[in-house]
Amino acid sequence: MNNRIFSASIWVAVALLGAAALGGIALNRGEPINALWFITAALCVHAVAYRFYAAWIAARVLVIDPTRATPAERLDNGRDFIPTNRWIVFGHHFAAIAGPGPLVGPTLAAQFGYLPGTLWILIGAVLGGCVQDMVTLFFSTRRNGRSLGQMARDELGAIGGIAALVATLLIMIILIAVLGLVVVNAMKNSPWATSTVAATIPIAMIVGLYMRNIRPGRVLEGSLLGVILLLLAVAAGGWLDHQPGLRELFNHPGLTLAWAVIAYGFAAAILPVWLLLAPRDYLSTFVKLGTVVLLALAIVWLQPSVKMHALTQFVDGTGPIFGGKLFPFVFITIACGAISGFHALIASGTTPKLLSNERDIRMIGYGGMALESFVAIMAMIAATVLDPGVFFAINSPAGVVGKEAAAAVAKISSWGFPVTVEQMSLLAQQMGEATLFARTGGAPSLAVGMASIFGSAFGQGMLALWYHFAIMFEAIFILTTLDAGTRVGRFMLQDMLGNLWPKLGETSWYPSVLLTSGMVVAAWGYFLYIGVIDPNGGVNILWPLFGISNQILAAIALCVATGILVKSDKLKHAWITGLPLAWLVTITSSAAWEKITSPDVRIGFLAAANDLAGKLASGALPPEKAASAPTLIFNQRLDAALTLFFVCLLWLIVLDMLRICARHLNGKPVPPLSEAPHLVTQLEEAWQRD
Amino acid sequence: MATRLKTWLRRCWQAVRQLSGDDAYERYLAHYTACHADTAPLSRKEFFRHEQQQKWGEIRRCC
Repeated sequence: MNNRIFSASIWVAVALLGAAALGGIALNRGEPINALWFITAALCVHAVAYRFYAAWIAARVLVIDPTRATPAERLDNGRDFIPTNRWIVFGHHFAAIAGPGPLVGPTLAAQFGYLPGTLWILIGAVLGGCVQDMVTLFFSTRRNGRSLGQMARDELGAIGGIAALVATLLIMIILIAVLGLVVVNAMKNSPWATSTVAATIPIAMIVGLYMRNIRPGRVLEGSLLGVILLLLAVAAGGWLDHQPGLRELFNHPGLTLAWAVIAYGFAAAILPVWLLLAPRDYLSTFVKLGTVVLLALAIVWLQPSVKMHALTQFVDGTGPIFGGKLFPFVFITIACGAISGFHALIASGTTPKLLSNERDIRMIGYGGMALESFVAIMAMIAATVLDPGVFFAINSPAGVVGKEAAAAVAKISSWGFPVTVEQMSLLAQQMGEATLFARTGGAPSLAVGMASIFGSAFGQGMLALWYHFAIMFEAIFILTTLDAGTRVGRFMLQDMLGNLWPKLGETSWYPSVLLTSGMVVAAWGYFLYIGVIDPNGGVNILWPLFGISNQILAAIALCVATGILVKSDKLKHAWITGLPLAWLVTITSSAAWEKITSPDVRIGFLAAANDLAGKLASGALPPEKAASAPTLIFNQRLDAALTLFFVCLLWLIVLDMLRICARHLNGKPVPPLSEAPHLVTQLEEAWQRD
Repeated sequence: MATRLKTWLRRCWQAVRQLSGDDAYERYLAHYTACHADTAPLSRKEFFRHEQQQKWGEIRRCC
């Protein structure tokens, strides 16, 4: 009894502390606020949600059964199905779901101020993202580790299955394009960054050869070697930057770099996995985990002040980084840190094959996403510790604030975010860059933020090194996503084309490999090209498209989950996925509506196309702009069509799910639940633990 | 005290090896001897080749 009172009072204290921290963040106006409040609020909110909401879902809604044998136990083959310790599964799962998305999204959304993004990251994660990951993991575990697409087909029917497949392929293409754009913008006219990122390719190959031929399977030795080489490459980039002849080899404008990234993507997709993809994946995982831990320690140690306002005037839709009002665009911009459809692909398929007990689902599904949301909060801190003027100078495209430094600082200062040319030059010099103006895409400003945090915590003298380390850190796992995504896109395409001509479906037939890899690379390469030639910086076009598609994938996963809940006669509790689903449908539909119909040229695709077409027809454009105008007009219309297609796909699945639910509730036949039969676990561990 | 620290360190090291897949071959051998003792297992090199091919053939990376 005493224990219960003690534990209850601890949780009351945690809840009060979280509420106080959140209230402090929300009500603070105009004064710098200590970043520790963000950390405290996030930890308390996640802890309370995990202890109560997640536990309630596990016990009452999903009715998790620790005595039931998992697919890993029943189908154990020592390879992909292996009962694994829960901490190890947690590590694998987190490493797979944490990519560059939660770092870039909050950085861009900081244009609205720190408050909207922070609240959405916390609330969206505990009520939406964590629930999605957890229920998907649970349903896939009960279905022998089936993928989301297979579950959609089994539980909702053919339409749901096809829609999930098409949505996955398209989001992959947009995702790779936008991430490619982030890397290109980080390397643009920066020999140091470009040479360091280029060096990661031979380094990954050396590690690949080491792990395959010299010391087969010694993953840790190989990775350690790789990480040391990567750190040397960052330092060597600084030396190279001061060699007049060499530096020109790596000094390129955006378009050249975009072509290089496209060529690299194609090469990476057709090379064997052991040479580039696998070793790079090891390296990026180690570098990522190390950096995230380092950043958390530095923030706690240093307790930097957040200088960004709680809310900026850009909530009205006039923001320089991307156009669009707070609603719905903050929810679209921060996809991965709050709720990400992509996680449903990991939570179904890969992770369930390792679970040794259903009891671990709460920790891995809900807890893994909570940790990811925590990473997003740290990215938000790194973006908002910068002076707001500096933040906007780095992230505003030249098309909005002007090409000249003097014009840009005047414009940004006129918004009420004072910044000077001298300040920016000094900062660029400290970071070892020629200029930091208009370095859009989020990566450079995040790197400046991280460098200033690391620099204050571990020594100011190495700011330039920290900056380029941060750029390398972002680039290495963006390139990993690019390789892996291209390959996955290829498999899906081969799978689809195999229905037309079986030979094309053979994943090892080289002509088919070349053809389908080329198609996938051409698709994302085209969108990357669109982004690079866009005068307003492609982030304004591509990031919302990516956010919408990622949230739509999340909506598909929640549709599958809601359908299964209703079919399992749990209508009473179907709101746990139904509510986030309704919210996602609202924000994606209204964002898509705005992107298509808004008369504002910075928001509406069609408005931008018509505006440019009008200018072209009246001869108001200078010759060099007139030459590229037809392409830009076509691109804007293509983006509008694609957005419309995404939304139609979403509504198709939602209505199909509602139809299935209505049929079930009226006692009419529906596709049966595809749950694997109940077998009692034989694993001793399950009984001894806890 | 010293032995407890030693056990603890060893456990951490094992977790790191398992997380990174460094001990995948040893785990495979253990599984193989337990379940398919009648045929010879793959060599370390062959196993690692198959493992990599299969591991990166699906969605493993997120945004």
